[in-house]
Amino acid sequence: MSTTTTTSSSFGERLRAVGRQQFVWAIVAIVLLLVINVIKDPTYLSVGYSDNLGGLRGNLVDILRASAPILMIATGMALVIATGGIDLSIGSAMVIAGAVAMEFLSASGSSSLGTAALALLLALLVAGVLGVVNGVLVSVVGLQPFISTLIMMLAGRGIAKVITGGQNTTATSEPFRWIANGYVIGLPVVVLLAVVIVVAVGLIVRRSALGLMIEAIGIDAEAARLAGVNKRAIIFTVYVAAAVLGGMAGVFATASVMTVDVSNTGNQMELDAILAVVIGGTSLAGGKFSIRGAAVGAVLIATLDKTVVFLGVPSSATPAFKAAVIVILFLIQSPWLHTQIAKLRSSRTSSSSSPPTSTPPATSATPTTPTNAEVTA
Amino acid sequence: MSVQTATAPRETPTPTPSAGPLARVTGWMRTHTTSLPTWAALVIFAGMVIYAEVVYGRILQPSTTSNLLINNSHLIIIAVALTFVIITGGIDLSVGAVIAFSSVAGVMLANAGWNAYLVMVLMIAFGAVFGLISGWLIQYLNVQPFIATLAMMFLARGLASTLSTVPERLGDDSAIRALGTQIKIYDGPKVNDFVITPGVIIALLVVLGAFFVLHRTRTGRTIYAIGGKEQSAQLMGLPVHRSKMLVYVISGSLSGLAAVVYTARLGIAQNITGVGWELDAIAAAVIGGTLLTGGAGFVLGSVIGALVLGLMNVIISRDGSIPPEMTTVITGGVLLAFVLLQRAVVRRRE
Repeated sequence: MSTTTTTSSSFGERLRAVGRQQFVWAIVAIVLLLVINVIKDPTYLSVGYSDNLGGLRGNLVDILRASAPILMIATGMALVIATGGIDLSIGSAMVIAGAVAMEFLSASGSSSLGTAALALLLALLVAGVLGVVNGVLVSVVGLQPFISTLIMMLAGRGIAKVITGGQNTTATSEPFRWIANGYVIGLPVVVLLAVVIVVAVGLIVRRSALGLMIEAIGIDAEAARLAGVNKRAIIFTVYVAAAVLGGMAGVFATASVMTVDVSNTGNQMELDAILAVVIGGTSLAGGKFSIRGAAVGAVLIATLDKTVVFLGVPSSATPAFKAAVIVILFLIQSPWLHTQIAKLRSSRTSSSSSPPTSTPPATSATPTTPTNAEVTA
Repeated sequence: MSVQTATAPRETPTPTPSAGPLARVTGWMRTHTTSLPTWAALVIFAGMVIYAEVVYGRILQPSTTSNLLINNSHLIIIAVALTFVIITGGIDLSVGAVIAFSSVAGVMLANAGWNAYLVMVLMIAFGAVFGLISGWLIQYLNVQPFIATLAMMFLARGLASTLSTVPERLGDDSAIRALGTQIKIYDGPKVNDFVITPGVIIALLVVLGAFFVLHRTRTGRTIYAIGGKEQSAQLMGLPVHRSKMLVYVISGSLSGLAAVVYTARLGIAQNITGVGWELDAIAAAVIGGTLLTGGAGFVLGSVIGALVLGLMNVIISRDGSIPPEMTTVITGGVLLAFVLLQRAVVRRRE
């Protein structure tokens, strides 16, 4: 993905090139969190085989399992953000998909494989419709992405409540439950599915010109259009893909407990997705994305969630903590901090080596959307 | 803003003066494109009042009118807050969450025996701090406004949940409740009185203050100029950085104030208070004619927008056949319709 490795042979330079890839730091963070857990409980990392379940179990497996829905939404969000957009309705896609699946399963009453497959298909389809609405509003009508997806975020949860009649619908379907709780060759199905989907999306966008076109739109939509990129179709596709991936995340989240919680399923998951994407090195200004980075970011968030619970911190505090992390990430990425550090350095050395008395960077508003401040990491 | 100036007689060959009333209306519409949504909101509000009066009755009477004002005073305040932000071309998604944090923290402090007036000031200050962080993120770290305020939304909501996850009841003898006491203005038959609360008065003062700042001060001019084109405003030597920060601090402080008014009326604060209020506030501002792209907007229009939403809730509850879950869906639909209307109007002007 980032093939900008310098040909310089010095070891320090090469190490720096590795360090510049942001997701490497995310891996470091995951390891640190795991070390904290191991200090609390030395057996934390042990993975055993359970004959009851027919597969591996342990905290590491739990972390991977928890990261499956985040992997889905982070992948979708990475693509949307790369076009210079945002999808705030990803959590609502989750809850709508969950509501549709649970309602369908509880109404049909059958627990056959066919019903479960139909429920899965229906859930993804309805989530996809949400994406179609977003896609039309953004690409055809030309609304700002955040406003159309904000409407869908809040209205979507209302739609989910209408679907279930305000209830938290529960259903029983063994095949559907298998998606989240089953095992294949000793590995959790949900993790395998998530990995397959992420790899598939990654291959599709990076082995074809699609990824390049998405980035071109994110850099300059008008220039991309003039260069022959079908801007409308690609933006539309990206929003639909994000919503379908969100729907899959909703299936993962509801299938494990076979209940849809209309006010909590997928709630505030937008932040998880954005955070995972930012951690992975995707620029929020668009024009650059890394599926690999987003995937590592998703695993980091799942690790963080599990660690917080493991350490006994009330889980209601995690959103605040994540928000603080994202603010710190912005600070590290910002040119403002670098100019401040440079100022500090130049004043300390007090040498006359051209101290750039740079004012805080002027926001260069792009001509189309004034809200699109440029973030150059 | 440039509405009044746009009416200046120009050498426009298209509208002939002797044309019929229809042509005169379209001509007027052509010169008043930015204020068109505000007028549309006013017409819709009047239409809704008439419809509700005919279908359900008992709308145009003192008790319903005063309830509309009392129940929506907090919404009016945050609609004003969003008007400031949206005029600069930004957005503030954190208002609802800031209200939740501010009210939960305020009620807990008041119950811990703190002075009620100090608590009220602190509640506003909490909001201001969130606004300050948003503004700093946006102005100095170049974060997009909706991302920065989204982060603040989660931060405030998370902190509120950390403080408490159960409804916190304000003590019955607390002085904060005084803001929710009803003052009888007009004594009608039976319970049909026109009453207001100090909360309503605060909301009206906020509206007047906002109107004064936006239309009669340099700061207001700068805010409109930033929304028009930020770079031009900067090149003109206007204090863009300071004003942009200020706008978010205003928005945060007004959210804190809305928390005071809301808590005083309800007497209960909870971490899930204000979920989705950012949508209501944005909808109110947009219905009232504030352009989401910035540069144009009317604070009085936002008040109408807030009342349209309030009346919509009254109609939904009177009707009874619409499930309450539909409310956010309908609000979203209305907002979408107005955003599309704006889009059409702006496209036409271009």
